[in-house]
Formats: sequence, C-alpha cells, structure tokens
Amino acid sequence: MELRGISKSFGSVEALTDVDFSVAPGEVMALVGDNGAGKSTLIKCIAGIHAADSGEILFEGREVTIHGPKDAARLGIEVVYQDLALCDNLDVVQNMYLGREEHDLLQRLREPVMEQRTRETLAGLSVTTIRSVRQQVAGLSGGQRQSVAVARAVMWNSRLVLLDEPTAALGVAQTRQVLELVKRLAEKGLGVVLISHNLHDVFEVADRITVLRLGRDIGVYERAQTTQQEIVHAITAGVPTKVAGVAENGAPV
Amino acid sequence: MSAGVAEPTVEPNAFRRGLDNIRSGDVGSLPVIVGLILITIFFQSKNDNFLSAGNINNLMVQMAGVTLIAMGVVFVLLIGEIDLSIGFLSGVAGVVAAKLQIPDGSWQANGIVAILIAIAVGAAIGAFQGSFVALIGVPSFVVTLAGLLAWQGVVQKVIGVQGVIPIEDKWINDTANYFFSDRAGWILAAAASLFFAATALGKVLGRRRHGLEAGNLPLALAKVIAFTGVAFFVVAVSNRDRGFPFAGFLIVVLLVFWTYVATRTTFGRHVYAVGGNAEAARRAGINVARIRIAVFAISGGMAGLGGVILASRLASVDLNAGGGTLLLDAISAAVIGGTSLFGGRGRVVAALLGALVIATIANGIDLVGYSSATKFIVTGAILLAAVTLDTLSRRRLAKSGR
Repeated sequence: MELRGISKSFGSVEALTDVDFSVAPGEVMALVGDNGAGKSTLIKCIAGIHAADSGEILFEGREVTIHGPKDAARLGIEVVYQDLALCDNLDVVQNMYLGREEHDLLQRLREPVMEQRTRETLAGLSVTTIRSVRQQVAGLSGGQRQSVAVARAVMWNSRLVLLDEPTAALGVAQTRQVLELVKRLAEKGLGVVLISHNLHDVFEVADRITVLRLGRDIGVYERAQTTQQEIVHAITAGVPTKVAGVAENGAPV
Repeated sequence: MSAGVAEPTVEPNAFRRGLDNIRSGDVGSLPVIVGLILITIFFQSKNDNFLSAGNINNLMVQMAGVTLIAMGVVFVLLIGEIDLSIGFLSGVAGVVAAKLQIPDGSWQANGIVAILIAIAVGAAIGAFQGSFVALIGVPSFVVTLAGLLAWQGVVQKVIGVQGVIPIEDKWINDTANYFFSDRAGWILAAAASLFFAATALGKVLGRRRHGLEAGNLPLALAKVIAFTGVAFFVVAVSNRDRGFPFAGFLIVVLLVFWTYVATRTTFGRHVYAVGGNAEAARRAGINVARIRIAVFAISGGMAGLGGVILASRLASVDLNAGGGTLLLDAISAAVIGGTSLFGGRGRVVAALLGALVIATIANGIDLVGYSSATKFIVTGAILLAAVTLDTLSRRRLAKSGR
C-alpha cells in the first residue's frame, strides 16, 4: 500500500500536509512521532474514518478510494485500536466474530464452526496463553486481550493490519508476547503498520520507520541503518526533506 | 495458563469452568434457586396448603403476567437501558384487547385477533419510545418515565367514567383461565422433555462433527433427566387440581423462544454486544440503533401480552390496569433473577426465576396471613440483596481480569 501527498485539515488546523507513506507485504512499518504529529489522523485516513482532502491512495498498485470502514475492510485493511474494542461480557469466540457471525438462513449461529476457526486462527499465530476460547474477555490479561484483538483483525484474510499503540498498557512479559505476534504477522506476508511511542519496541520489530512531525513526514528510515538517537532527533527537530513535491524519502536529516 | 489452544483441545470441563466462573464472580442462577428453596420450605412449614396442587396452579396463573413482562424487560436491561413504561403499556394493551371484544359491532374483532393487535400496539409503542433513545439519544429513563405518565393517562381516558370494561370473549379469558385436560398435560410434558433432550443431543453432535470435544456428557444427561423429572412432576401436581394451566404453558413456550433468540441468533449476540460495549459493537459494523429500537419493541410487545393475561385473569380491565406494583415487580423479577442493571449480563430465565421469587413471597404471605406491609418489606430486602450481589460479582469479575 502506498499513500502519496496526503493532506487533511480540520477547519483551519492542518493535521496532515503532503504526507507520503508506504508499507509492503511482509513488512513491519513503524509510524512514530510526537503527540499531535498526525499519526492517528493518518491511520484514520487509511481506515476510512476520515477522508483525505487531497492525495492518492494506492493499494496493490491500483488507485483506490476509501470512503468508510467498510471500504477499508473490503480491501483487507483491519485496524486494532488502542482501546481494542472488545466486549468484556462476551467470550473469545464471540468477540472474534463480532458483527460477522457465521449463521444459517434462520440467523442461527453456527457456534462449532466459529469455535473451530477461532482455535485455528489463534494456533496459527502461536497464541498459546489463552486457556479457553470460551472464556469471557473480562477475565483475560492485557496481553491476551491484545492477542484476541490482533487475531480478530487477521482472521478475515486481511492484507494490511494497523496497530495503534498495541503495547502502551502492557507489562514487560506481555509486551514481549505482542511484539512476537507482530513479527509473526509480517512473516505470514501481511503488511503491518505499528504506531508506537516506545522506540525500544519499534526497533525490536520494525523493518522501516516513518517519522511524522507537525503533520509532515520527516522521512523513512531503514531500521538496520539508523539509531534511536537519529529517530528521536527526527521526531523532535526534524525538518521535512520534501521540497516542491520532489520526494527524497529515506534521506537522513 | 499452561495448556494452550495450539495443543489438541484442552478445554476445561464444564464443572471446572463453573467453578472458575463462581470464583471470578459469575454466580449465575445459583443464589436465586437456593433462595427459592428456602422461601418454599419456610412457607410450607407455616401453612401446609402452600405446596398443594390448587395453590401451585394459582401461583402459575398469578405470576404469568409479571413473568412475561419481565422477560421483555430483560432485553432492555441487557443493553443497559431501562423501560419504566411497561406497567401502563400492559394496561393499554389490556384496554385495546378489551375494547376490541366489546360485542357492539363497530370495532369488534375475533378474540385471537384482538390479542394479536394488543401485542402489536405494545410493540409499536415500545419501538416508538425506543427510537427516541436510539436515534436522538434521550435517556431511556426519561423517555419511558414520560411513557409511564402518558399511558396511564390514556388508560384512564379510554376507560373513562364507566370505570371498568368487562371481557366476555372466550379466547381472551382463556389465556389465564384455561386448564389443559390431564392427558393433554402429559402429552405436553412428554413433548417438552423430548424437545429438551433433542436440543441437548443436537448440540453435542454438532460439536462432535466439528472435531470439538463434546463438553460434559454426564452433566448434559443429568440435565435432561432433571428437566424431564420437573416437567412430569409439575403436570402430575397440576392434574390433581384443574389440570396444567395454559398460562404456565405460555410461560414455558416464551421462555424457550426468547432464550433461543438471546443465545442462538445473531440478533441476540448483538444485543449482548451492545450491552457490553456499544462502541465496540458499532465499530464491528453492528447497527446499534436498530438493536436498541428492536429491544424496546420486544419489551413493549411482551408487556402487551402480559397485559392481556392480567386482564384475562380478572375478566375485565379497570382504571388500575397496569398500575400498582406491576412495573416494579417486573423489573425486580428480572433483576432478582440475575440480570445486571449495568447491561450485558443476564438471561431470559432470570425473569422466570425472579418472578417465581416475587410470586411465591406474595402468595405465601397472603396464605399465611401476614399483612401486605410485610410483603413490601420482604420483597424490597430481597431486591436490595440481589442488586448488591450483582454489583459485588461485577467488581470481582473486573478484578479477576487483572
């Protein structure tokens, strides 16, 4: 997926100005930036919650328009929001299938099918910490919930998964679990966009890093060829390298 | 935490899961059933007639109206809203049915048609009120409080100075006053038991076919045997009196139907989802407004049917139709039975269990000869205990999630 020259403003506030962004299949692309840098807005443009004012979105080489979450879902784009959007009072299977339940003509739920597929999906992602898929989500730990939310996103043959701060509320061990999961998604050939404040996490799993500052993209960095200091510098004091529409992505500051 | 989903299915068995649930605060129907047994023992020790065939039949007929209304309100409570209009809504439905059966030619309808129209009026009013909640965002407490006042006014206006509309239609009066013949009672008990067994068996087979472990087979068998025992026992007792009441049959049929809707259909699943996390439901693509309106329509429709039965029992509607403690009894029944006022947790059977508690107390206190003041105090105390239990279990549930 590739975004070119995306701009979005809310009234007089320019949230995004001429932003380029791309993520390839099998790649973890981190999206970093300070509060208010436009990370969430960019994610919402991809997810179809906001429509970009200008710029084009290419998906698998074709130009696409995303007018709503349903368009995004049809393209195979799934978002895992920071608050996870799980129903505490439902069990794991019920949450995985929320809004897309398998049912027959009489609207009868096909529980065995859903349960089986849930187990397969979790097993496919090597999620082994969830003891029972018939357990209420209220009884799961933060990491387990995150796993459920991610598994739900990938169950629908998705091509691109956007993860908004997946480790923000987690302890050390649980952060590990989730980062492992993120790596596995990329190994399965999905494109992964990871938004995070935690550069340590970003450097652990990301292949490339896009830095946003004040609604502009500062640049794209190869993880292997950059340092945390460089990224911090870009986040706090980076200058856009793009002049008059000529992209020089990847150029260090 | 050791056994994994990846390994070949190490699902904790039903017993273990039940224990886990209790430990984490999900106590289910256990307290109500224990309470019911204690209440029964108490009243039986005070008055031998409490468990007599005649009284048990009376109890079923007495509680039918409140039970049906409570079943409807369970759905509203499941999405975390409240419906205060159900009392007088049932009154309106009773009046509609009564008006339609007056043999004066102009509006007269067949008894069954009159009942169906009364239910439809209830459902339509429910949907109307629900749309204020769902589409505009007016708090349900206020919308249905307005309904409570307005529909009370409507009942009084329609009945007017005559003060009472007698009901002579056989169909309407039979909803509360028909008793099955002994043989029909036995057939019903057998059919219900077979149905229950078939459902349990179907579930086990369905899971087997998909390679999932079939749960606790002995437990399922025990449940089937217990259900069959209870069904035949109730019919046996009823047959020593006038026979099994149609009202009891109606309770069972609607209990099965609404339980099915709540637990086995997409709609039911979405109701629970909206109650648990409306925002999550919305993002998952569920039409939250539609679910909310439908739920209020169910509540209104069931209040309508309940109103018909209540009118049928008196063979008339008067200025008090839908008034008195009806509203509070119905909501208390749902809550005492274990439906959470916070939304997302509860079962349709809660309405039946709660209504049983309220009805046995009312019936027992009348029988033993205590004053109605005692009835109010005891019911109030039990309601408080039930809600406290719910709140505590909610807190434990939140804690067990770490």
